[in-house]
Amino acid sequence: MNTTKLETKNYNLFYGNFHALRDISMQIPEKKVTALIGPSGCGKSTFLRTFNRMNDLIAGVRTTGEVYIDNKDIFSIDPVALRQNVGMVFQKPNPFPKSIFDNVAYGPRVTGMRDHKKLEEIVESSLRSAALWNEVKDDLAKSGLALSGGQQQRLCIARALAVQPSVILMDEPAASLDPIATLKIEDLIHDLSQNYTIVIVTHNMQQAGRVSDYTAFFYTDDTRTGRLVEFDETNTIFTNPKDQRTEDYITGRFG
Amino acid sequence: MINDKPISRFQNDSTMMKNLKVRNTTQSIWFSIMWIAGFATLVVLLLVVGYVIVQGGKVINWEFLTTPPRGGLSGDGGISTTLGTTVYLVGLTLLIATPLGIGAAIYLIEYAGEQGLTSPVMRVVISITNFAVETLAGIPSIIFGLFGYALFVSTLQFGWSLLSASLAGACLVLPTIIRTTEEALLTVPDDYRRGSLALGATKWQTLHKVVLPAALPGIITGIVLSVGRIISETAVFFVTLGGSHRLPTSIMNGGRTLALHLYYLAMDTNAFDKAMGTGAVLVVLIILINLSINVISTKLTAKVRGG
Repeated sequence: MNTTKLETKNYNLFYGNFHALRDISMQIPEKKVTALIGPSGCGKSTFLRTFNRMNDLIAGVRTTGEVYIDNKDIFSIDPVALRQNVGMVFQKPNPFPKSIFDNVAYGPRVTGMRDHKKLEEIVESSLRSAALWNEVKDDLAKSGLALSGGQQQRLCIARALAVQPSVILMDEPAASLDPIATLKIEDLIHDLSQNYTIVIVTHNMQQAGRVSDYTAFFYTDDTRTGRLVEFDETNTIFTNPKDQRTEDYITGRFG
Repeated sequence: MINDKPISRFQNDSTMMKNLKVRNTTQSIWFSIMWIAGFATLVVLLLVVGYVIVQGGKVINWEFLTTPPRGGLSGDGGISTTLGTTVYLVGLTLLIATPLGIGAAIYLIEYAGEQGLTSPVMRVVISITNFAVETLAGIPSIIFGLFGYALFVSTLQFGWSLLSASLAGACLVLPTIIRTTEEALLTVPDDYRRGSLALGATKWQTLHKVVLPAALPGIITGIVLSVGRIISETAVFFVTLGGSHRLPTSIMNGGRTLALHLYYLAMDTNAFDKAMGTGAVLVVLIILINLSINVISTKLTAKVRGG
């Protein structure tokens, strides 16, 4: 198997008294796309937010178990530093009410970069990597909010890339987009996986099948506590799942 | 034919058509009533403003605006020094109230909520603070005047001065600034905050690079509203600013604002025309301020939204 980039061992998460994730142990390989699938409320988005510690911002969240990035305990890393290494793209495109340039330059600027020449280079290369450069190169001063939904989401991806992370977390990045914009995002995810470790939450089975190398199936029963049922190469999950519940889910029998 | 039944029922049912007529008539009556109410409000407003401006307009000329009042019981002279005092007082009051008010609102919205979630003591402190701000906003302004007189004029011995008046005025407008800033911060989507934090920005960077710029139109509206409040306030400054008709030369000097001058003219002199003239200037100032709020917030909002 490949090098492990992210790893959890017996990871549990509680919202107050509610046990949201139980005993998740998983190894996410480097420079691959890993899809997290499962029915609504099974905790896959919560699990995703573990890796950039965005759950820390939610009151009453408590965790047990171990989480590693590059074999380093993520709870020993300052969350601000961790988030520079682990970027995130949200379900709803959320560009800042700033120009396209300022959106992409935001990350480098908060880390202290002032050199305008360098910022210009980073903005261009990030927008190129996010397959947006050709559409916006002539109006970088235009507001990011003036772009279409699909373009906004690629702008958000460019913004995340500009910080030069090694991991990108995507929380249903195409959920609010039309089919053509969705395809563009999926192509982009595929291209990005050459250089980045990507973890994507999706509700869309076909999407998981199209973009990911590995798939993790999360499931929850009546207790609403999320568990990892099965984790394997996407091919295996979709053609030869070991668990009956995985098979039922991917064949559309529930969820 | 049998299949047409739902459609024919809809077209031919005479009770249904009658009903529709009644419903449409009811609607017309209510719309008329509301139209009259709206129109009446407009007429009253125009009458008040029109009367003051027409009456006051008779004495307003360049000389009126640029000569100082002579003082005493004659009511002679213009309003130049009171305009100056008003500007000084607005400036000084905002200098005190704006940073305090914006700071308090930021704390209450961006930081306190978080602390309140983890500490029950903080939760109590926050709800008391919020309640206090609301109560302050509803207190009659003369109370702020009395407080200002007792504390600043008398106990701290600042006397009747710009300093006393602006400190008391700051207490008066603080709730306005805090409330409008809080509302402006609450309208900033959490998506912006999360987006910024996820890029490795600190909470402070998120606040001053993303949240505050997005909230700016609302914050500026609050400040401009406060300007209007200070310009039109009399009770607070009556007991803290004194009544000198001269232009203050330091913050320890007293003076009189336009509104105070209007009060003195109307109550102590026979120069009712001059009072009207001063009133007209006040009304025009307030109108200009309200217009500027509209222009500023439309422009800034368009900029923020990326129009």
